[in-house]
Amino acid sequence: MNINATLLGELIAFIFFVWFCMKFVWPPIMGAIEERQQKIADGLAASERGEQDLELAQQKATDQLKEAKTQAAEIIEQAKKRGSQIVDEETQRGHSEREKIIAQGYSEVEAERNRAKEELRKQVATLAIAGAEKILEREINAAAQSDIVEKLVAEL
Amino acid sequence: MAASGGEQTISGYIQHHLTNATVGEGFWTFHVDTLAWSLILGFVFILSFRAVAKKATTGVPGKWQACVELIVEFVDSTVKSTYHGKSPLIAPLALTIFVWVLLMNFMDLIPVDFLPSFAQFIGGLLGYDPAHVYMKVVPTTDVNMTFALSIGVFILMIFYSIKIKGFGGFMKELYAHPFNTPWLYWFNFILEVVSLVAKPLSLSLRLFGNLYAGELIFILIAGTIGLWQLPLHFLWAAFHLLVIPLQAFIFMMLTIVYLSLASEEH
Repeated sequence: MNINATLLGELIAFIFFVWFCMKFVWPPIMGAIEERQQKIADGLAASERGEQDLELAQQKATDQLKEAKTQAAEIIEQAKKRGSQIVDEETQRGHSEREKIIAQGYSEVEAERNRAKEELRKQVATLAIAGAEKILEREINAAAQSDIVEKLVAEL
Repeated sequence: MAASGGEQTISGYIQHHLTNATVGEGFWTFHVDTLAWSLILGFVFILSFRAVAKKATTGVPGKWQACVELIVEFVDSTVKSTYHGKSPLIAPLALTIFVWVLLMNFMDLIPVDFLPSFAQFIGGLLGYDPAHVYMKVVPTTDVNMTFALSIGVFILMIFYSIKIKGFGGFMKELYAHPFNTPWLYWFNFILEVVSLVAKPLSLSLRLFGNLYAGELIFILIAGTIGLWQLPLHFLWAAFHLLVIPLQAFIFMMLTIVYLSLASEEH
């Protein structure tokens, strides 16, 4: 328990250490800590904002998707309608075309038949005259008898 | 150990361990060991913390930086919860006291004979009589050390009292308290001066007493009971491990409390 000059030395050392700590140690460390706290706070705020933005964007995306879906459904509906319309039209057109072709065919066949009938009639007339000639074994004036032949042919 | 000198007695051994290495005469005696160890530890503190402060990153801290920041934040929160004024000095002061005292106290856990024996060995090589080479390694077991700290705190207490309350306010606190009647001012004054002086006195003697007692018990265990000292050393060290940070913390805490009392109006 002897107080001596050591005390003065330690007092000076103490003052020096405190001064040094106050000037060169405390402010930078505290500054770094506070700055980091600020950074973390900012980061947390930013992440919260980002979360909100994300939610908003998701909402928007869902809305747009829904809209697109309805639009697509509409378009498909329209296309279907248009498709069936086209099919109807085409069927209609096909039918009428067929009718036309068939009718044409009928008339053609009819004409052919008429022509053939006419031909046959003429040949039958000739044949009948030839037959009559043979039967009678005499010359018949074809021109004079033609009205009878005509009548005959008409009965065929 | 006790066996190192044939004619060495236990009281001689203890005496040897409790004597400082000195230079000078009378008042101008310097305890070289106290000065050297406290300065070494003080520089360990400020340089290691300065290393962190110099390249303190606001990003992800390294391990040592995280450790330093832990201590700094601990001291900062303690100061903030106790000292409500605004002073750039209190927190660094508290940090310096806490870490420095803690480091000096931790010297107590180095086995009592290591450094003194080493000093004796070096002294012997240099041609001194080893029996008269002293080395007391725990600076806080030296009253000069603890009084230097508490006197520094005391000066700050008076400085803050006068700075914040003015000289008149400081004096008024001394004589007009606790009995606010003029004819009892003399009594108040005696009471308040005693309590004012008791603050640094108790502050330093508490630290000194605790560490001196701890050191003395280490020396007693080492000096008296031979081989059985090993488990006892361990037990006492484990107990002392609680005392060491506790005393450093108490010193810091009371410093903050005294300074906050000094800078608050009553």
